[in-house]
Amino acid sequence: MLENYFPILLFILVGIAIGVLPIVLGWLIAPNRPDAEKLSPYECGFEAFEDARMKFDVRYYLIAILFILFDLEIAFLFPWATIFKEIVNTEAVKWFGFAEMMVFIAILVVGYIYAWVKGALEWE
Amino acid sequence: MMDMLQQFIQGVFGPAWPVVWNLLKIVAVVAPLLLGVAYLTYFERKVIAYMHVRIGPNRVGPLGLIQPIADGLKLLLKEIIVPSGADKWVYLIAPGLAIAPALAAWAVVPFADGLGVANIDASLLYIMAIASMGVYGIILAGWASNSKYAFLGAMRSAAQMVSYEISMGFALVTVLMVSNSLNLTEIVRAQDHGIFAGMGLTFLSWNWLPLLPMFIVYLVSGVAETNRAPFDVVEGESEIVAGHMVEYSGMAFALFFLAEYANMILIAALTSLLFLGGWLSPVGFLPDGFFWLAAKMSFVLFLFLWFRATFPRYRFDQIMRLGWKVFIPVSLVWFTVVGVWMMSPLNIWK
Repeated sequence: MLENYFPILLFILVGIAIGVLPIVLGWLIAPNRPDAEKLSPYECGFEAFEDARMKFDVRYYLIAILFILFDLEIAFLFPWATIFKEIVNTEAVKWFGFAEMMVFIAILVVGYIYAWVKGALEWE
Repeated sequence: MMDMLQQFIQGVFGPAWPVVWNLLKIVAVVAPLLLGVAYLTYFERKVIAYMHVRIGPNRVGPLGLIQPIADGLKLLLKEIIVPSGADKWVYLIAPGLAIAPALAAWAVVPFADGLGVANIDASLLYIMAIASMGVYGIILAGWASNSKYAFLGAMRSAAQMVSYEISMGFALVTVLMVSNSLNLTEIVRAQDHGIFAGMGLTFLSWNWLPLLPMFIVYLVSGVAETNRAPFDVVEGESEIVAGHMVEYSGMAFALFFLAEYANMILIAALTSLLFLGGWLSPVGFLPDGFFWLAAKMSFVLFLFLWFRATFPRYRFDQIMRLGWKVFIPVSLVWFTVVGVWMMSPLNIWK
């Protein structure tokens, strides 16, 4: 079972190598003549007048929080969706298995409507 | 004869043979992929040029065919600049973090029935997991550059990518419901039977028709996820001048470029496998095979380029509205519709 995952590990290592090798190669081959002007951050020709790591809009946090909530819901849907066909074909659990997930989705929708009404999805 | 040869080669490598064999398979995937990336950039420039009634690259080699190679060589010979305020190591690691997941996701993509590097049961879950890693490369690049444009680009990119991942996730869940498996090979196999397939019109039995809203949501989210036009506020030339990549040069820049195009090809492959029947032939009397998958991927990639030549860029608030207020309700509704459909006697996915 686990040896099926060995090629994937190898593939990830190859991916990392392809991420590292060109930079090493570029560093070896390409010229390297830095000067103060060249190394200054690009700001349309102006001198950079403050650190770029500034305060940013709180809405980005909001999006991140909402994303975590919804992504978790999807993570919960995955196992259910994978066996949904078997649920449908098993008379004993058919309606229970379906209704259970619909209740879950309904709760999600209530939260979604709340976020919408509260203006969390606005981006003006 | 072949058996003897195989035994001889295995004998030479001894216990290292599985590693060598798998590495060969990986190279057989990665090398054509990188070549495909190079020629996708050429194809993009040519297609958009003809749509604009221009000619496009035509100087390097016949029809400009050597152009991508020349571009790569030029980038190799350019200095890699590390800006003075930058966090040097994070700055240099970020391009690698962008390209590694874009390539590693290909480990589980099947190219024909039983033809792929790894055939695992959780392949879709693996792709979901590893594709989400790509956003780290972009955020770290924007943060490490210590440039305002790069920083803004990274923030936008992160918000946009996570927003569209949700509707993408719902589209995947709906595909899972009708395919009964997380394995990409099984998902394609589940598409070759149905009412229309029985009549010889297999292409009407593929997932795109019964899941049409999900297909559209997935395709458009794929465009947004790869930061392509018309959702390219992340790197819009006219406002934040390439966003997170603004300070990068030489091979470090080339890696971001490779990652973006490798991701485009990945989205095209996944769209073809999940919704367009993968390697299945569209009609009953033609054989299945890899060339069908290649044709479908080329079609989806052409759509990507066509979108770029046709649509004006969206504003950022419009992008967020489309993701959160249109796609999520649409996908929730169609998810429920498919659930009810499968519960009813009209269920077509027996």
